[in-house]
Amino acid sequence: MTKTEATQQPKDAFSIFLDELRRNSLTVTILAIVTGLLAGGLIAAVTTEGVYAAFRVSFFGGLKAGLMVFWDTYRALFTGSVGVPADIFNALRSGDGAAINKAFTPFFESLLQATPYIFAGLAVALGFRVGLFNIGAEGQIFVGALGTVWVATSLKGLPTIIHVPLALLGGAITGGIWGMIPGWLKAKTGAHEVINTIMMNYIAFRLSEYLLNGILRDPHKSTPISAPIEKSAWLPRFFDDPNRFHAGFFIALLMAFLVYWLLFKTSWGFELRTVGLNPNAARYAGMNIVRSTVITMFLSGALAGMAGANEVLGVNHNLAVAFSSGYGFDSIALALLGNSHPLGVVLAALLFGFLRNGAIQMQLTAGIPIDIISVLQALILAFIAAPAIIRTMYHLKEPKVTEPTLVAAKPEGK
Amino acid sequence: MEPVLDLRGITKRFPGVLANDHISIDLMQGEIHALLGENGAGKTTLMNILYGLYKPDEGDIFVKGQKLTIDTPNDAIKAGVGMVHQHFMLIPVFTVTENIMLGDEYLKPGGFLDRKKAAARIREISQQYNLQVEPDAYVKDLPVGIQQRVEIIKLLFRNADILILDEPTAVLTPQEVDELFNIMKKLVEQGKSIILITHKLREVMEFADRTTVIRGGKVIGTAKQSETNQFELAAMMVGRQIELNIDKKTAETKDVVLDVKNLKVLDTHHQVAVANVSFEVRAGEVLGIAGVQGNGQTELVRALTGLTHPVEGKIHLLERDITHAPVKQITELGTAHIPEDRQKDGLVMTYSIEDNLILNTWYKAPFTRNVILQRKVILDNAQQLVSNFDIRTPSALTATSHLSGGNQQKVIVAREFSRPIKLLVASQPTRGLDVGSIEYIHRRIIEKRDDGCAVLLVSTELDEIMQLSDRVAVMYRGQILAIVDPKTTSREEIGLLMAGVVPEAH
Amino acid sequence: MTQSNATVLKSYEYISPTRRTVMGIIFLALALGIWALFSRTVTPEMQTTFSLYPGGSSVVVPDWVFPTQPMLNVLAFAGALLGAYQLARGFGRQTNTILGVVSALFIFGFLAWGASGSSLNLAGLLKVAVVRAVPLVLGAFSGILCERSGVFNIAIEGMMLTAAFCAALFGSLVNIWFGLFIAILTGGVMALALAVLAIKYKVDQIIAGTVINIFATGITSFLSAKFLQRYGDLNDSGRFGTWDVPVLSKIPFIGPVFFSHNLFIYAMFIFVILLTVALFYTQWGLRTRAVGEHPKAADTLGINVNRTRYISVVLGGMMAGFAGAYFVLGSVGRFDEVMTAGRGFVGLAAMIFGNWNPIGSLGAGMLFGFADSLASKLAILKVPIPNKFLEMGPYIITMIVLAGVVGRGQPPAAGGKPYEKE
Repeated sequence: MTKTEATQQPKDAFSIFLDELRRNSLTVTILAIVTGLLAGGLIAAVTTEGVYAAFRVSFFGGLKAGLMVFWDTYRALFTGSVGVPADIFNALRSGDGAAINKAFTPFFESLLQATPYIFAGLAVALGFRVGLFNIGAEGQIFVGALGTVWVATSLKGLPTIIHVPLALLGGAITGGIWGMIPGWLKAKTGAHEVINTIMMNYIAFRLSEYLLNGILRDPHKSTPISAPIEKSAWLPRFFDDPNRFHAGFFIALLMAFLVYWLLFKTSWGFELRTVGLNPNAARYAGMNIVRSTVITMFLSGALAGMAGANEVLGVNHNLAVAFSSGYGFDSIALALLGNSHPLGVVLAALLFGFLRNGAIQMQLTAGIPIDIISVLQALILAFIAAPAIIRTMYHLKEPKVTEPTLVAAKPEGK
Repeated sequence: MEPVLDLRGITKRFPGVLANDHISIDLMQGEIHALLGENGAGKTTLMNILYGLYKPDEGDIFVKGQKLTIDTPNDAIKAGVGMVHQHFMLIPVFTVTENIMLGDEYLKPGGFLDRKKAAARIREISQQYNLQVEPDAYVKDLPVGIQQRVEIIKLLFRNADILILDEPTAVLTPQEVDELFNIMKKLVEQGKSIILITHKLREVMEFADRTTVIRGGKVIGTAKQSETNQFELAAMMVGRQIELNIDKKTAETKDVVLDVKNLKVLDTHHQVAVANVSFEVRAGEVLGIAGVQGNGQTELVRALTGLTHPVEGKIHLLERDITHAPVKQITELGTAHIPEDRQKDGLVMTYSIEDNLILNTWYKAPFTRNVILQRKVILDNAQQLVSNFDIRTPSALTATSHLSGGNQQKVIVAREFSRPIKLLVASQPTRGLDVGSIEYIHRRIIEKRDDGCAVLLVSTELDEIMQLSDRVAVMYRGQILAIVDPKTTSREEIGLLMAGVVPEAH
Repeated sequence: MTQSNATVLKSYEYISPTRRTVMGIIFLALALGIWALFSRTVTPEMQTTFSLYPGGSSVVVPDWVFPTQPMLNVLAFAGALLGAYQLARGFGRQTNTILGVVSALFIFGFLAWGASGSSLNLAGLLKVAVVRAVPLVLGAFSGILCERSGVFNIAIEGMMLTAAFCAALFGSLVNIWFGLFIAILTGGVMALALAVLAIKYKVDQIIAGTVINIFATGITSFLSAKFLQRYGDLNDSGRFGTWDVPVLSKIPFIGPVFFSHNLFIYAMFIFVILLTVALFYTQWGLRTRAVGEHPKAADTLGINVNRTRYISVVLGGMMAGFAGAYFVLGSVGRFDEVMTAGRGFVGLAAMIFGNWNPIGSLGAGMLFGFADSLASKLAILKVPIPNKFLEMGPYIITMIVLAGVVGRGQPPAAGGKPYEKE
């Protein structure tokens, strides 16, 4: 067969740069985020009654009112997630520790919000890398929290240095087992892990309702909620109230590094990634698919379980029914946004953390319900998953090399 | 006489590849016109254009003198063109009737299917051409030969009179091939015209009226059967005189390396695929396994390499029982395996050459020390093998998917041959490769044999088997019917064995 | 030379003797369970009372009273007989049916035991089961429509939720019929989004479904917080009333349980027939299934694969929209945040348990609805089983089915894969 020669024309450096930029998948990622954010603002504007009232008066008035909503929304989002620049500036100038702490609190609160996202995002991303779709992070978060709360309330009199790791481990192991069951079923019977992890989610919800109405319930409370955990199991905090920033964030970063190291630097990771990309070749090469699948689902569940543990030990210090607000599902978006790479996941989790924290502020000051964040995340996820939408929207070029599909081919059922 | 089908100047480009280069072919009524060419010569692309699955970049199609644009299979069907694809387009869980009527359903008022009427029509066609197909059977229950007839009825059901058969004999036993050609004769007698796509010379010589040879996307020539011969066509097909025998010394056989006794293996559908198979392979010899595709070779190889485990029998490698050993252990004992489907089993296409070269030794020193991958060692290894095995690539870090088929196979050969091996199991090692790569790989295999490695060569290409093997075992329906010496056995005798015919009373 | 004398191997159907034995043991275990757990724990003089009259009906039926222990012994004996036959000879292809029968015996035994010494409203229990089954069965139908054409739809939940919101809003603004219409439309539009992502942009179908689910949860909660919670008038749609089917509703026991409901319940029964006929007896059905099994084969026969998939997915979405409308217009008359509470996923489970078949899914949905109904009655029965565990039933059953313990289902072969011409 004859290859057709690509015609090469000389180009200046800038147009080459521009060309590269238009092909780059990072460009798509950034544009997807920006577009999602703009769309969110648009939704906020068109659902504000005041805008319509202003339009009735005059077109430009309406336009102005709409833009004001836009502005207010994003300002609230920014100040809520990063802080008020003027406050930060003044606090730093005054040198007053308490004031600085208060001014920086929104920023640290965002990191706090990002922490469970990092854990859960890593959980999903690790699965993706091994060709497994762990859609059950939500359930694993729940049972992880249950395991943690049990360790953190029933063991007493331990020093923090032992109690915290034990409690984290409790969450990781219970979450891991929850993930491992669908993994084992997949490996042994070929049952699709997507359906099984969904089913495990609902079993987890029922189980947590049962336990929180039963043995884990605080008898002194009227609502089903666990007893407060032992002080010794609290993840250490670094600042005074209201700054809740705690050590969980650094544990999450450590986990991201460990996942990276495991996947890309070790022979275990080589095996896992091979299984994910081509299970037939992995089998041919003497790799153990059953073991890889089960271990991956365990680790994935364990990471998700740690997200639950983190919330219990670092933030809530007890466990209520339905405590996780959709971290498990958002983490699918996260993992894709971060291209299933631990570093990407951390960045995406930070983005989501800042958005979420900002949205809380936005709800208070701009009157925009926090759920807008989910809409926004869904849009970003759609744009990331279907880059062609963004490419068409901004007239970008096709990448030179076909991008590897985000979710690897799944091993066929037996 | 005007041709029923006339393709003029058909050109099709794929990114980086000119698949069809101004191809012109005509087909007369009542004729079997063979399209002969190596794998990848552009035959199937051409027929997919004719059938509306691809759009040509240039060229015209005339059917019965009328110029047509064929954009979809529907247009082709309307023009009376039908195609039996190499991989059957049948739905296993549907009945024969449902499969055949699909897309051209017989309906009762209200849009309801009229299965009875369709079944009656199918019986009628089946009788007319003596096809013996039961309309109510489920396709999944039918043998391959019958499934092919279902495909043919599909075309006749739609009143197609130009039939394209794409490599129809690849999956058939010689007996079924004969039956197929009887059917084809009957079809042309009754006024149908047939294009037969094949890469097998013998079929062309026996059954075609005219032959067009395609190579590298171009028509090399068209000849009437009466005016040509096998050697001329072969030369046209490959572009140079084929070397019929590669130089090899007589085998110096030594100890038994692989000893297989009474092996029974099930396939993925839990059906017996290999039954009561026994043989041994000695160091320094090539044992060829000949047979039509689908007679248990795949399952035999899978069992020998640990990908599946036999239900009965024993396998010994260097006197160690490996019947139930995992792949890893068999590899460590010195087995190399060139898999039948290199892209599916042998390579991770998105991995770099570097990573593919350590695919089954990734966990061992020097590539891994204390579970840490040694990237520098891996790269050095890759660069050395790329040059030793003449892998044409810009760099050892290039993704394997960017390589040509021949170079992909070289990556596998490099990986398998660079280890100290005692047994080589090569399954269809040259399928779909260009002649240059075939020669290269053949030479490497013989080199290994001369180094004292035991070689088990599985191939459906009888020529390959005859050229390389020191002994030939013929597999038929899961059994080895005979093990013969290729120097004293004619290819006709082996061909009969492949068809399940054994010489009487030995 | 002659044809080979060597035995030509016959391919044979592989039947696992293990499975036959396992099933036999399961049957026996259930029978033993009836005897050991139930029969032995009641005293001989105890009686069970089943009320066959759910209330609200004009047909009054006397209660069914029977001595508990003899009944349980009969049930256990029947189960043991079936188990013994299974071990000895095997029921072959009927095994799963018999499993259903034995399970039914067990459940009946459980109810008789739980209500021993007191009374249980069996008709009420079943009537609620039928009602609870509605969103599950309709959700399963939605899944069947999509998956039979080869598109996974895990977004049934999201489609139902959005449709429920629209049903409440437009039902309040105009009337319930208009609300129903818009709900169906909404389901269709959501499905179109799924189809565009999955078919046009070839996004992994699980991810596309997740997009829809996250979006649906967000947008409905957002709009609900923004409008419905502030303006009560916007969230007061009312609902469809009960309509007794003439004649049929007068049948004792059966009448009130099945024929005294609102529109959605009847629609469920009509849809099961319509869908079965459409899928298996029409041109559309044949083509749709072909596309889900082997799109390339369909393509070579001139069937437009992607158009077929678009149509099926949108129809599936409309079905989900109808199911979503049920939550508001057929049940509570108002919208609450995340009110579907995972029913879409249970619907998916019912589809799998029902082997991608409308009739099977109806049965599965009914069973799940029954578990749900029973869970709410457990407190009355004074049975020492936490109702949360019973609520887990459908999920656990689905996992068991998927694992192939009870015999593997046959999902459409091309499910989940985008179709590409070469």
